[in-house]
Amino acid sequence: MNISRRQLLVLLPAAAVAWKSVLAGTPEDSPNYTMSDHWWGMLIDIPKCIGCGNCVRACATENDVPDGHFRTWVERYNVSDEDMTNPHVISPDGGKEGFPVAEEDGEKYFFVPKMCNHCVDSPCTQVCPVGATFIAPDGVVLVDPKYCLGCAYCVQACPYGCRYIHPQKEVADKCTLCYHRITKGLTTACCEACPTGARQLVDLKNPKDPIHEFLRTHSVQILKPQMATGAKAFYNGLDGSVR
Amino acid sequence: MSGVEGYMYPNEITLYWSVLIVLYPYITGLVAGAFILASLERVFRVEAVKPTYRLALLTALAFLLVAPLPLVLHLGHPFRSPEMYFTPHDTSAMAMFGYVYMWYLMAVLVFEIWLDYRRDIVLLSQSSKGMLRLIYQVMTLGSSNISERSLVIDEKVGWIVTLIGIPSAFLLHGYVGFIFGSIKANPWWSSPLMPVVFIFSAMVSGIAGVMLLYMALTKLRKEKIDMHCVDTIAMYMFYIFIIDFSLEMLDLIHRIYEADESFRSLNFMAHTKLFFSQIVLQILIGTLVPLLLLFLTQVVKFTEVVRKRIYVLCGSLILISVLAMRWNVVIGGQLFSKSFLGYTTYKMALVTREGLLVSIALTILPLFFLWALVKLLPPWPEKSADQAVAAD
Repeated sequence: MNISRRQLLVLLPAAAVAWKSVLAGTPEDSPNYTMSDHWWGMLIDIPKCIGCGNCVRACATENDVPDGHFRTWVERYNVSDEDMTNPHVISPDGGKEGFPVAEEDGEKYFFVPKMCNHCVDSPCTQVCPVGATFIAPDGVVLVDPKYCLGCAYCVQACPYGCRYIHPQKEVADKCTLCYHRITKGLTTACCEACPTGARQLVDLKNPKDPIHEFLRTHSVQILKPQMATGAKAFYNGLDGSVR
Repeated sequence: MSGVEGYMYPNEITLYWSVLIVLYPYITGLVAGAFILASLERVFRVEAVKPTYRLALLTALAFLLVAPLPLVLHLGHPFRSPEMYFTPHDTSAMAMFGYVYMWYLMAVLVFEIWLDYRRDIVLLSQSSKGMLRLIYQVMTLGSSNISERSLVIDEKVGWIVTLIGIPSAFLLHGYVGFIFGSIKANPWWSSPLMPVVFIFSAMVSGIAGVMLLYMALTKLRKEKIDMHCVDTIAMYMFYIFIIDFSLEMLDLIHRIYEADESFRSLNFMAHTKLFFSQIVLQILIGTLVPLLLLFLTQVVKFTEVVRKRIYVLCGSLILISVLAMRWNVVIGGQLFSKSFLGYTTYKMALVTREGLLVSIALTILPLFFLWALVKLLPPWPEKSADQAVAAD
């Protein structure tokens, strides 16, 4: 890559600011963030996922996720030719520490990262009795922990099992798409930690986002389309056996 | 992982709706059922059940006072619950709870009881002494006119309130069913029949509860049980139970015949984790046995003693059956994974906020309220205010 002197003059201060952020542990504020300019989602490229669990660990660290609960997790599917509708699925500790070696049995094995689908018509926000969980104007489904009653109705309403009640805070908790990061121009912790690029944060309102080209050229699906939730976690290479 | 079979999504292993949420529809059901029994006399003029009219109203009130407690105790932040009144979310079924509850409590039940007892309250406020006198005076709400004309107005207004109360009772409990029935993510719950099933099972349980209370209290008071009254209640209970059972069977047969993607999971549960509570307790012992016995009382001329025993047995079995049904809905609906690939186990704690002891306490608490209400507002004709005044 050729970098001109002019570009270098811009990049060096930017690198200095970025390094300062890294040292400080928190990214710089992004006061210019306008929610209505974005419509966030996630692209999950199943053939690229190697089940390393980096994403789960990064999420847990970044968001202080309590043990035994998951804002994201990885499942390993084992589908046999004889019974394709009844796969054998495992996710030991959410796949946080990876998976045991698969048997050499000639059957199909693949990994499926899961997370909140940030649905457009999200059942969880519909049922919340006080509106403590809501869809932000940029399409991210969030929970206001200072307002949530902890009734768990949203947990019951989520078809994907993405919510839990935080054992200490006693409020609903879930993936925020690392809102504290994406509003400052960064990507999510899970995307950043993924060594193969199996997860990519996408902004559907950004015409330059490669997601548009990807959606046009790939066979992309969402989980449980029959639920009509308008899920925004797009899966490439999704096997029909995935629930 | 212990208690888990197959694959559960990792966040599904813990059940978030505990036995307290089982109690919530059970208690509101008893309220709705008791009120429907009271309305039989008031609106539909079924004079035979008159001896239970006031007791049914007081029972409904006693249970209604306790109804929100399981919900509030279950919340992670109980002190935030008033937000449901102040900032309700207009798309949430649960947000309606506060309004439906307050409407039913204040506009229907308390109002109707007050209208019905107003004359007694006024007389008691004149004949009582000390603190009790003050309580009755407050309860008159400053309305001490008990002329014939005013009592006629009370009667007319009371009739209208009961008339409004019937759909309100349906609303109260149908709405509880809707909370579950509208969750499309959960095939065990998601059914338009759910509110209707809840209403009919509520009616059966409430009627059974009041019938048992009437029989027990009459026995305690060493009075004679009005068999015509109990026979009539049992008849209504039988017919409503048939409708309830038919609806539940319709739902079951529909699921079996349709056999959609969730069927394998639900079928597995009915044969394993819910076998005792659903097949044995709810359907066989709690439904088929009382239905058969009640049917026999309709076609065979049993002696009074035998009928009494049958009614006590049936009433008790029905109460157990409806509690089992609530358990199977609430707990059963969380025992399987939404992936339909696995099952978890519910481990009920003993002394925690959502444990067994609290549940037992909440089940008994309405009976204490009822005891206090019966003392304050005697529902028995021979203990009415007239006699009290005459005795003084």
